[in-house]
Amino acid sequence: MSGITSLTDKDRIFTNLYGFQSPGLKEAQARGDWDDTKTLLKRDPDAIIEEVKDSGLRGRGGAGFPTGMKWGFMPKEPKPGRPNFLVINADESEPGSCKDREIIRHDPHKLIEGALLSSFAMRARAAYIYIRGEYIAEAEAMQRAIDEAYAAGLIGKNACGSGYDFDLFLHRGAGAYICGEETAMLESLEGKKGQPRLKPPFPAGAGLYGCPTTVNNVESIAVVPTILRRGAAWFKSFGRENNHGTKLFQISGHVNQPCVVEEAMSIPFRELIDKHCGGITGGWDNLLAVIPGGSSVPLVPAKDIMDCPMDFDGLKEQGSGLGTAAVIVMDKSTDIVKAISRISYFYKHESCGQCTPCREGTGWMWRTMEKLVEGDAEVGTIDRLYDVTKQVEGHTICALGDAAAWPIQGLIRHFRPEIERRIHERGGSAMEAAE
Amino acid sequence: MPKVQVDGVEIEVPQGATVLQACELAGKEIPRFCYHERLSIAGNCRMCLVEVKPGPPKPQASCALPAADGQEIRTDTPMVKKAREGVMEFLLINHPLDCPICDQGGECDLQDQAMSYGRGTSRYDENKRAVEDKYMGPIVKTAMTRCIQCTRCVRFAEEVAGTPEMGMYFRGEDSQITTYLEKALTSELSGNLHDLCPVGALMSKPYSYEARPWELKKVPGIDVMDAVGSNIRYEVRGRQVMRVLPRINDDVNEEWLTDKGRHHVDALVRGRLDRPWIRENGKLRAADWGEALQLFADQLGEAKTKVAAIAGDLLDAETMYAAKALLKTQKAKLMEGRQTGMDYDVSDLGSVRFNTPIGAVENADAIFLAGTNLRWEAPLINTRVRKAVRRGAKVFALGPQVDLGYPVEWIGEDLTALAKLPKAVKDAFNAAQKPVFITGPAVLAAGGQGDAHAAAHALEVIKGDWNGYNVLHTAASRMAGLMLGYAHEKGMAGIIAAKPKMVLLLGADEVSADAFPKAFKVYVGHHGDKGARLADLVLPGAAPAEKHGTYVNVEGRVQRSEKACFAPGDAREDWSIFRAVSDLTGKTLPFDNLAQLRAAMIKDTPALGLDDGTIVELPFNPPSLAAKGEGALRYPISDYYLTNAICRHSPTMQRCSAELVHGESFAEAAE
Repeated sequence: MSGITSLTDKDRIFTNLYGFQSPGLKEAQARGDWDDTKTLLKRDPDAIIEEVKDSGLRGRGGAGFPTGMKWGFMPKEPKPGRPNFLVINADESEPGSCKDREIIRHDPHKLIEGALLSSFAMRARAAYIYIRGEYIAEAEAMQRAIDEAYAAGLIGKNACGSGYDFDLFLHRGAGAYICGEETAMLESLEGKKGQPRLKPPFPAGAGLYGCPTTVNNVESIAVVPTILRRGAAWFKSFGRENNHGTKLFQISGHVNQPCVVEEAMSIPFRELIDKHCGGITGGWDNLLAVIPGGSSVPLVPAKDIMDCPMDFDGLKEQGSGLGTAAVIVMDKSTDIVKAISRISYFYKHESCGQCTPCREGTGWMWRTMEKLVEGDAEVGTIDRLYDVTKQVEGHTICALGDAAAWPIQGLIRHFRPEIERRIHERGGSAMEAAE
Repeated sequence: MPKVQVDGVEIEVPQGATVLQACELAGKEIPRFCYHERLSIAGNCRMCLVEVKPGPPKPQASCALPAADGQEIRTDTPMVKKAREGVMEFLLINHPLDCPICDQGGECDLQDQAMSYGRGTSRYDENKRAVEDKYMGPIVKTAMTRCIQCTRCVRFAEEVAGTPEMGMYFRGEDSQITTYLEKALTSELSGNLHDLCPVGALMSKPYSYEARPWELKKVPGIDVMDAVGSNIRYEVRGRQVMRVLPRINDDVNEEWLTDKGRHHVDALVRGRLDRPWIRENGKLRAADWGEALQLFADQLGEAKTKVAAIAGDLLDAETMYAAKALLKTQKAKLMEGRQTGMDYDVSDLGSVRFNTPIGAVENADAIFLAGTNLRWEAPLINTRVRKAVRRGAKVFALGPQVDLGYPVEWIGEDLTALAKLPKAVKDAFNAAQKPVFITGPAVLAAGGQGDAHAAAHALEVIKGDWNGYNVLHTAASRMAGLMLGYAHEKGMAGIIAAKPKMVLLLGADEVSADAFPKAFKVYVGHHGDKGARLADLVLPGAAPAEKHGTYVNVEGRVQRSEKACFAPGDAREDWSIFRAVSDLTGKTLPFDNLAQLRAAMIKDTPALGLDDGTIVELPFNPPSLAAKGEGALRYPISDYYLTNAICRHSPTMQRCSAELVHGESFAEAAE
């Protein structure tokens, strides 16, 4: 991969990712946060949006929608009584994802400063951080940092002495995965049951309390101050065309040293693992498959992933996706069918139940997967399962239906022989116990 | 107006229409479960998927997608067919196969659409889900395993009924629809839930296992349980009305019906008067028609001109006219319909009716409720007010505080408050374009008609063509009665003072027992209720479902109801009783059948001959009346479910009263 170099320390945005230093305000300022934010706030809001657009930053929450473009959908002049809002999605619940947690507990001031600058660019009156219910210590750390920032006058009335009034609220969720979906998050913030809304209208038109709202991932917001300080061109210098910047990769599973690490986008998978994780357990020949973007994306078998550039487009070409860059590595000791079945159970458990295909389909898919784990099925069952995933995918209100369908589709696409082997070994026909 | 293409045919659709509506305009049927014209859009059943270009390369929920200029909509592609089959399959995998014992059978959206859009076979070999039934009160029966989570019921309870007591708890495939803490629904409109439910999850409890829809003869009727004149359909098997369903009329009841209008029918086979009775030595004894009519005629002869007719609340115009004609042959003039003693001025009928069309109330921007518990006195006008509130109208009310299902600013409980309206009321009405002022029966009963006129005048509720001054009645017979002259200028007190020798109680059950101690009382009606207990002669008549009748609702809307079945036993249509007795007195009434009776009635009161559904044109000249200035207000209805002879005999209404008004507990143990 020509032109893709791995990141050096001087270009890291998250300089306290591992918590070697204190997350407190003073130390954060020593690391460069809140450095002359007032000057940044003197910029034209549209210029900030332009800068973010130019940087090529794509949303870090999974879908990879260009962040600057998203901000551009917000009304330039909010109507009286209908303010703009920024909602920061810290409901990090995707199995495999754990990057926002590190930002929140070790570098919270990056997020707060980013929230201030992004809100300013979007003319938002306030921002809400919706944090996952299980993140108890993280929520406390975040609140401590917010209190520090308020006390120092960095946010609140006349934030940083810029004349801009900005409030930042932390809201704790109750642990439902679906509340990480942007519109379900808005429902939950409003105090209702977390169920995704129909789109249109999109949140930029009618979001939180019916007001224009943008929902961004923690990482997307936290990198904004650095982009503004170091310039769009700097950020853009990392990664391939259309996949720029640095990214927090979260590597878990069968590697020697699982870790969260900031790397340049488009780094080849092999380099990422060798450099930061000490290689695959048992060596590269022992690699079976990788789920490159959190549980909702299809797995990629070893031979396809090894030299694949880890970015949005590279993984899309492999029929998968970068998602949140939660890389789940599975070596040959993995029962791959059981692994995907467990993921199916997760989606069955987390389906909100609002719309039919997901409510009914997730349960059906999981139950079928459980049978396939044992081989307690017929070969035709695999085709039926694939058909069911296709009946769920693209037919639902939100993307949870897709997320439940894709891992199974990936499994069938790449590991059909393994499933068939189990069926044949069991005898080819399903034996039913009396009920 | 956007132009769209539906399956290659270009059509123009109204601004704001959805893709689903566009398809319907183009004559394409779009299957749906969660979508309902009168509820908010949920978009959760996913049955209405269609292909839309431009757009993402996946099917779109047409109910929630706005139609936009240049859209290419396809409803006939393989993608759409497959999507519908897929959703249908998902809906059916956990739906029980109990259609043969399900009351929804034959009118089930799921059944119909499975036939039209389903795959025909099942690929599901797991166990089906079962859901515990929920207790929802005396009206709604549940079989929650059949629920497909469309949430129509939840949206109805919240949006239309104003009783947000339903919801979905748990999530995913464990989702269940329930009432809050499994309490009985407190709405007067809960019966609409079984119409709304597209499957057999919410059903009618009183009607359970009674009949199949294809066995029922359907007869259009008019609801007489209140003065709104809801359009209904009697569904009859043999000689029995099995159930009542609403007919759609956007000007009156939309497609809703009150629980009372729907579930009073079990009383039509209970407590009926099916033969004449004569009082002898203080006790009623059975008699035959010959004897009874002779006694009636003899007593008429003795009473001469001293005959009074008191009309009950459920009467049709024909009965009232026939009785009036009988009185005329005696040269008697004592007629009254306001049994409870109200004596408001009726010299100008235009000022004692509901002048704002019911359908227009939802457009009102400021509403004043003077002495009306609208939720009980006219639930289907209350839903319109609620709609107006949802659109931003402000509501003020005078009277004892009750829960109307929307926010109300109460300004007092006494007529005195009408003279000193708070500034907030004045400001709201000053700013209003479409103000509505409703004078309720509590104000009329307190003698506050003049006070109401003065207040409405001060609030300037008449703006050009918009007449916002309304009087609310509670009796279905009231407007027709007033048009036919059933109003003495001193009310019931005037009739009592005239000391009639004979009193005809025409289904009048609310007359006080000691009002006519000396008179010979003839009760003509259908139920052995309070009126029959007072009477010296009881003549069995027909219930509203058992006769053709003309009704005029509170707006002055003339509507006709058809005969759904025959009256039981020896009971006969009321007018024919008066016709028969007139033969015996020798002054025969000039009509031998219903057509002739109607012709005579229309000659007497031409407005009653208006086309069905037309509002009578009346001048609006409120008489100048002195304001009374003070007087406590009391709503006439103390128990919504037991307001007349029919519903007092209905086991369902008695149960509703006991549970919902008097708080008795009937919650059933899980089976």
